[in-house]
Parts: sequence; structure tokens; C-alpha cells
Amino acid sequence: MNPVEILSVLLEGEWYDFRDLGNPIGELADQIKDWGAPEWVAYLVSTLLGSVGILLWAILSVLAFIWIERRVVALMQNRKGPNRVGPAGLLQPVADALKLLMKEAITTTGSDRILFWAAPIIIFVPTLAIFAIFPWGENMILADLNVGVLFLLAIAGINTPAVFLAGWSSNNKYALLGAMRTIGMLISYEIIQVLALLAPVLFVGSMRMADIVSWQHDNVWIILIQPLGLLAYIIAGAVEMNRSPADNAEAESEIVAGYHTEYGGIKFGFFYQGEYLAGFAIAAVIVTLYMGGWRLFGLEEWIPGWIIFLGKMYAVFFIYIWSRGTLPRLRIDQLMGFAWKFLLPLTIVNVLIVGMEVLIWRENELSAGEALPAIAVINLLLGLVLFAGWARFLGHGRGTQAASGAVLTQEIGAVFFKPATGTEMTN
Amino acid sequence: MSIQSEPFVINIGPQHPSTHGVFRLRLVMDGEKIIDADMVMGYLHRSMEKLAEERTYTQNIPFTDRTDYLSAMTGNLAYVMAVEKLMGVEVPERALWLRMIMSELQRIASHAMAVGIFANDTGAWQTPVMHMFRDREKILDLFEMACGARLTLNYMRIGGVSRDIPPEWLPLARKLLKDLPKKFAEYEDLLLTNEIIVARSRGVGVLTPDQAIAYSVSGPMLRGSGVAWDIRKANPYAAYDKVDFDIAVGTNGDVYDRFIVRMAEMRQSLRILEQALEMIPDGPVHARVGEGTVQPGGQWIAPLAYRPPVGEAYACIESPRGEIGYYIVSDGGPAPFRFHIRSPSFINLTPLKLMTVGSTVADAVVILGSVDIVVGEVDR
Amino acid sequence: MTTTVTGLEIAHSIDQQFPGAVTEATPEFAAVGQDRLIEVLTWLRDDESMLFKFLSSLTAVDRMEWFEVVYHLESFRTNRITVIKVQSSDRDDPVVPSVVPVWPGAQLQEREAYDLMGIRFEGNPDLRRIFLWDGFAGFPLRKDWLNMPGGQMAGLERFPGEPGLEFDNRGTL
Repeated sequence: MNPVEILSVLLEGEWYDFRDLGNPIGELADQIKDWGAPEWVAYLVSTLLGSVGILLWAILSVLAFIWIERRVVALMQNRKGPNRVGPAGLLQPVADALKLLMKEAITTTGSDRILFWAAPIIIFVPTLAIFAIFPWGENMILADLNVGVLFLLAIAGINTPAVFLAGWSSNNKYALLGAMRTIGMLISYEIIQVLALLAPVLFVGSMRMADIVSWQHDNVWIILIQPLGLLAYIIAGAVEMNRSPADNAEAESEIVAGYHTEYGGIKFGFFYQGEYLAGFAIAAVIVTLYMGGWRLFGLEEWIPGWIIFLGKMYAVFFIYIWSRGTLPRLRIDQLMGFAWKFLLPLTIVNVLIVGMEVLIWRENELSAGEALPAIAVINLLLGLVLFAGWARFLGHGRGTQAASGAVLTQEIGAVFFKPATGTEMTN
Repeated sequence: MSIQSEPFVINIGPQHPSTHGVFRLRLVMDGEKIIDADMVMGYLHRSMEKLAEERTYTQNIPFTDRTDYLSAMTGNLAYVMAVEKLMGVEVPERALWLRMIMSELQRIASHAMAVGIFANDTGAWQTPVMHMFRDREKILDLFEMACGARLTLNYMRIGGVSRDIPPEWLPLARKLLKDLPKKFAEYEDLLLTNEIIVARSRGVGVLTPDQAIAYSVSGPMLRGSGVAWDIRKANPYAAYDKVDFDIAVGTNGDVYDRFIVRMAEMRQSLRILEQALEMIPDGPVHARVGEGTVQPGGQWIAPLAYRPPVGEAYACIESPRGEIGYYIVSDGGPAPFRFHIRSPSFINLTPLKLMTVGSTVADAVVILGSVDIVVGEVDR
Repeated sequence: MTTTVTGLEIAHSIDQQFPGAVTEATPEFAAVGQDRLIEVLTWLRDDESMLFKFLSSLTAVDRMEWFEVVYHLESFRTNRITVIKVQSSDRDDPVVPSVVPVWPGAQLQEREAYDLMGIRFEGNPDLRRIFLWDGFAGFPLRKDWLNMPGGQMAGLERFPGEPGLEFDNRGTL
């Protein structure tokens, strides 16, 4: 027997099997029931432990990523990031957190006090609640909802009014501008999110996250059969978490800090954390629905499933850090035009195609081994064709073709003006 | 039910990450659309024109550094040329070539910053700026070797330049010229065809050539609108007639064209520098103007104060931002009677209201970035 | 090379078109009377032989007894530059016609001349202070601003430390 099997046999199901943290907690719950306590006590204790665990993880992750993001973006900008506080700047997040805690959390006089105080909380807590539905391991789901995907989309929708609350209650014109931009942006991209997430649900036939993970384990990772949907979701996710290239809500070079201009101290800390947590949540959704969740082709025997999950999540989040360091920002009307004109038709067509494929699969009772490669190839080709074709149709590539260098001349005083022919790139 | 709406006033600046200095733009907006724009300046007004009336002509040269502090060489040069025109001084050959070399290096440094900051305004979080500043640092190292300062250079003198370049300067400059084209190709690759930058700047802030000429706009703004007017070609000074280069012109008059004009001008500056570094002659670098004293070691020291004849002179040259000119009136005394700076940033701001009305806040910031102001020059 | 049209030449041309408009002509500049200024400048901008469409610079100078506004005009098509001046002898409230109808680029420069010298430009659509704030008392660039008792004014008679010259009242640093 190889070492992996020995390990499995030794650890399987025992409470010290930390490859799946559900095991010790399950043992504890059983113990409490054995001691005669009613069931709800056991349930309460296990839930509390799970929630506290997620909360701790969330905060520690955010702290770690403050350092990681700044170093990685600095590398892209050909400079070092923070390297003064602690060895290689590792205590920078501690310094940031301490600074935010010790700063005075000002509430401006003209602001609506209750809403001003409530907005950071409304942004932070629901985003934290999303992590309850993800399967971190075999038995590690805090809330095994039948309608996991629906819950996810509902929570993501709370972000919009919370951001607007923050902007409106600040009594500040910059904040109001940022809030107004955000509403339009977030609403547009929520629809894209819903449609993009519809496709994996169609394949699996269930909205339960654990079902989706095990379907991917039995068949194939959905990333391979849904390239177009994944792309649409990555873009919609970037917008939902108010990140560059869609950070109009807090466009620093235009409206200073947008909806959180007036916030200071720990209230700003909540916004900051909320933004990172939203990023992690979207990365977690991508990992669970498209990239196999906590399983990795049998490696979960060796390495605990939750570590695999975290690793994948951080890898996906790196893409967002990367795009932040590279891309400039789109104007708000260009961004909304992009959602409604480009992504929306694409995602609708995507759902149509997936629906047809699933229908054909079920009707003809094909086995997975036959149907899936065909679906993968068809989806990939169709995805490429639709993406490029639709972009070309809308005129997205023409701008860069028209972009040219300057005219070089030696005649002094000559005029080379030709008025714009209307092929503007505003949409 | 009709919605009652009213326009509101928003201030961009004076403290703002994107106003290129302390400059205030007061926008009256209807939603996201701008219906009126007003500029408020004077936050950096240091009354240089008045102060210069109490200082000798040589003492005024550091003032010219501090007007346009991002291109101090051209500021110095314009002033010194105006005084030389007034006094009828002939500048030695080597000094003319050195002036041209320094002006072109300064042009590359200034445009690198302008292009980088423009990309920053569109939202690319400082990545292009950091890379371009890397190259600008190398040029500033060259300046430090030549005259001891990086930003406020004080290099030109009435009658030449202050000192000759050390012997290791030319090889280092040649090495820099070999490295720069690769970097420029990289920037062009990343920025010129980036769809988001094109989308943000095409068709934004259009200025037709007639409007540009009527509003006294000069420099890359004028050339971006299609008018091929470059003082280095039209009225060559400092050895520009002996080297071969092109004028970069845009065709649409929008923000994107000004941006590509600046990038093309950087390449043309490289071309000029390649020729100049080969063709530079030997000789003295400072003409003997006025009495002066001769040291025991043979070195000639310029007189403490020049007294030009009564009269006036106006000299204008091509700075990275446009046409910079100095109008000097002399009454025979050691200090100028009137010292006026025709600063390109100030006058290029005249059509700002014309360009921004009707667009959004995001566009206003990008248009302001394309004008490429230096507030030291706007306010003097 | 840009040819400088001397004051005498340009005065001659103006005189042929508008007899009596030129008040003074030296090799450096041509001064035009206030009443004929706008039509002379419009003619200089539009006439086929002149075509001075670019206003290079608009400056105000305080000449102790009078104020003058200096216009440097440039022509791209013919590559020439010339200097026109207009004068106002009123020391308290000098008024000069505004050239903004002719060249809109004069707008900010006229505001600067008004702010720092106090010259009012009639016909400027938006004449207000540009660098200094609205309630500022006086016009700083004038030679007699902050005129101290004893007659000290801006200017330098001799560089401090310069050997040989007499030191008189005008010119302290």
C-alpha cells in the first residue's frame, strides 16, 4: 500500500482527520449530544465554531492580501512595494490595521447619522455571509443550502444599495457622484452575473454547491465546457467588486475617493475589508462553480481540501490584482454600454446553447464520456466565434485599427486636419 | 410626475490627484454632464515678474527654472536668448550645440512624464508612470553630471552655457540613446493601441485648427489639431537648422492625437540627439560679454551686472508644452524694466471651457491631462 | 527663418490702409491709436498680404508716464512676426479696447493684465482678476505700487557690491 492509502486508512473519519475540518467539529457535536444536551445546543456550538473560523480566516486573509497586493502591483510597476515595516514589509498590514483602528472615525455634521453609521456594516456583513455556502471540504459546509447559487446572487445584490447608502448619507458631492455611478454599473453587471451563472446550474441540474462540486468531480471541470460564461463572469465579477478596470465608484484620479470619501478610521477599514472580501467571494464562486471546488484530481487525499480551495481561490484572485495593475479605467457610460450591448447578448446566447446541449444530452441518453468532449469543443469554438464576431460587429476592434502614429512632415504651416468621421469608441 | 433637477457645482482641485498641481476647475454639472467650466488659478502665484525687476539679468536665470520646473532647460534658454537679442551677443558654436542637446533631453524627460501622467489620469494605476520615470531618472542623472542639479537646472547663461560637459558625459549619453528606442517601442506597444486608452481619448476634447490658432494654442496641442507649426523648424535657433528631423502632427485634434504627437516627438528628439552627439564641435562655451574680470589662472569671470542698451526684445522657442517666450524691456539699468513670461501652459488653458462643456467629469480630467499644464508656469 | 516685420514697415502698411491710425513708429514697434485699434488689428488678421492670425503674446508695460499694451503678432502662412502697441496715458484708470473679438486667445492674457496692472479692457466678455482674489487692493505690477515715502520704487540702480557707482535712493534690494 502506498503512503497515501496508509494515511487514508489511519485517518479516515477520525476526529483528528484535519484534511476535513468538519470531522473534529462533527465529533464535538456528537460529544455534546452524548452529554445529554439537546440538539440545538450541538447545532449552535458547531455553527458558532464555523462562523468564528470563517471570520478569522476572512480577516487574516485580508491582512495578508494587503501586503501581497501591494508587493505584486509594485513588481509590475518596476519598483519595490512596502519594505520598511518589519522584515520585507511583512508587518505593513499590522501597521495599516492599527492606523485605521486608532484614527478618529469622523461623522460629518450634515450627514445622515444612522445611515452613515450603518453603511459600512451593510457592506461588510453580507459579503462575509456568502462564505457560508461554499463547500470547503467534504463535510465543511456551514450552510448546505439547496438553493446555494440563488442565495449567492441575492447577497451580491445587497452590495448595490449599500454603496448608494454610503454615498448618499455622506452629504458630499463627490460621494454622490460615485454612488450614482455605482448603481448603474452594479445593476447592469448583476444581470450578466445571473445569466453567466445559469449555465453551470443547467449542466449540473441543481443549485446546491456540494452537488456542483461532486458533478465536476464525476465529470469534468466546468471551465472546460464554459469558456464564454467564465469570461463573462470574470468581467462581471471585476465590476461587482469595484475594482479596476471598473472602479468608477472610487475613481481616485477623478472623484478622489468616490462613495467612501467621507469615511475615516475603522469605518473606512470596513469598506476596505469589504472590497477584498467581495473579491475573495467572487474568486470562491469561480473556483466552486467552474474549477472543481475543493477537489483536485485526488490530491485532496494528501493535502487538506480546504487548503486546495484556498490555493485556487488566491490564484484566481491574482488575475484581478494583475488586471488592476495593468489596465486603465473605462468611462461609466462606456462600461454600461459594454454590459448591455456586448455581454448581455453573449450571455443570453450562451444560456440558449447550453440549454440545447443539455436537452440533447438528456433526450438521447448519452453517456458523459461521449457528450462532454463534444460539448467542450462546440462551446469553445462557438465561444471564440461569438466573442470575436460580436466584438467586430459592434466596432470594438476598429478603434485600435484606426489608432495610428502621428503624421511626420517637414512642411511648416501645413494643416492636416480631417474631422472625426463618427467612428468613436464611446460604446 | 416630472422630476425636478438642478445643476450642482463641483470643484476639481485645488488639492486633487489629477490637477497636475494646485489648480482649481469649477464645474457646473447636470448629472454627469458638464454645462459650465471655470478655472480658478493663482494658488502658485509667486509674482516672479515683479521680483525680476529688482534683480540683475543673471540673477533672474534661476527664476526661469522655476516657472516651468519640468522643463527648466527650455525656460532658461528662452530668457537667455531674449537678453542676447537685446544685447546683440553672439554665442559660440559649442554652446549652441550644447543648448540644443540639453533642450532635447529635457523634451524627452518632460514628454515621458506628460504621457505617463496622462495614462494615470485615464486610470492605469501609475504603472506607465513608474516605467517612464525610470527613463526620466537616467536623463536627470545626465543633467546632474552636467550642471549639478536635477530639476531647477540654471544651466544657460547670457552668452552661452555655464560650464562645459565633463568628458564622461558623451559616452554615457550615447549609451542612453541606444537603450531608449527599445523602451519607446515597449511604451508604444502597451499604450498606443490599448483599447481602453483609445476609447477614453478618441473624440474627446476636439479642437479644430482654426479654433486652435484663434485661441493662441501652441505646442503639441496645436500640432495635435493638425497644424504643422514647430518653432524649431520655422525659426531655427541653437543649431536646429543643422540637424534633420520631422514635425509630428495629428489629424483629429482630440486627446488621443495630442498623446501620439508627444510620443512621436520623443522619437524625433532621439533622432536629433543622435545627430547632435556626433556633430558637436569643440570650442568655448561662454562668450565674453561685457567687461568681466580675468582670474590669475586665466579664467574669465562674467561681470556682476550686465547693462543692456535701452530697448526691448521678444524671443520665443519651442518648449515641450508649447511656445515659451520672454519679453524683456530694458532701461539701461542692471535689472530688467519689464520681465514678462509668455507661458504656454497659461495660454493653452484658454480653450479649456470650449473643450470640456458637454462632456463628463471623467473626460474633463483627461482633457486637462492632455493640455499638460505645469502650474508654476500658469501662475508664475 | 521668421522675418521680423519692423515697426516702420508695418506702420507704412497700416498707414496706407488706415491713414492717421499710427501714432508712433520706431524700428521696433508701431503704435496705433485706441480708437482705430480694433479695425487695424482685424485688418492685420484678415488681409491677404498680412494674415497675422496668431496672437503670440499680449503684454502690458508700465512706462511711468503712460501704460502700454504690446501685441506680438505672428503669421504662420508667411512666417513673419511683428509688434503693435497701444498706449493709454491715464494713470488712474487706463482703458484700452479688448482684442478678444479678434483673437479669442487674448482672453486670459487680458485678465492677467487687468489683474496685475489695472488696465481695463473694454469689450472683454469676462474681465475679472485671475491670480489675485477679488478684494485685493491695488495692482501689484505697477511701478508705484506700495510707493514708500522717499520715492522707493521697483528697479535696481546698481548691483550691491558693484564697485564704483554712486548709490542713490532708487534701488534697494
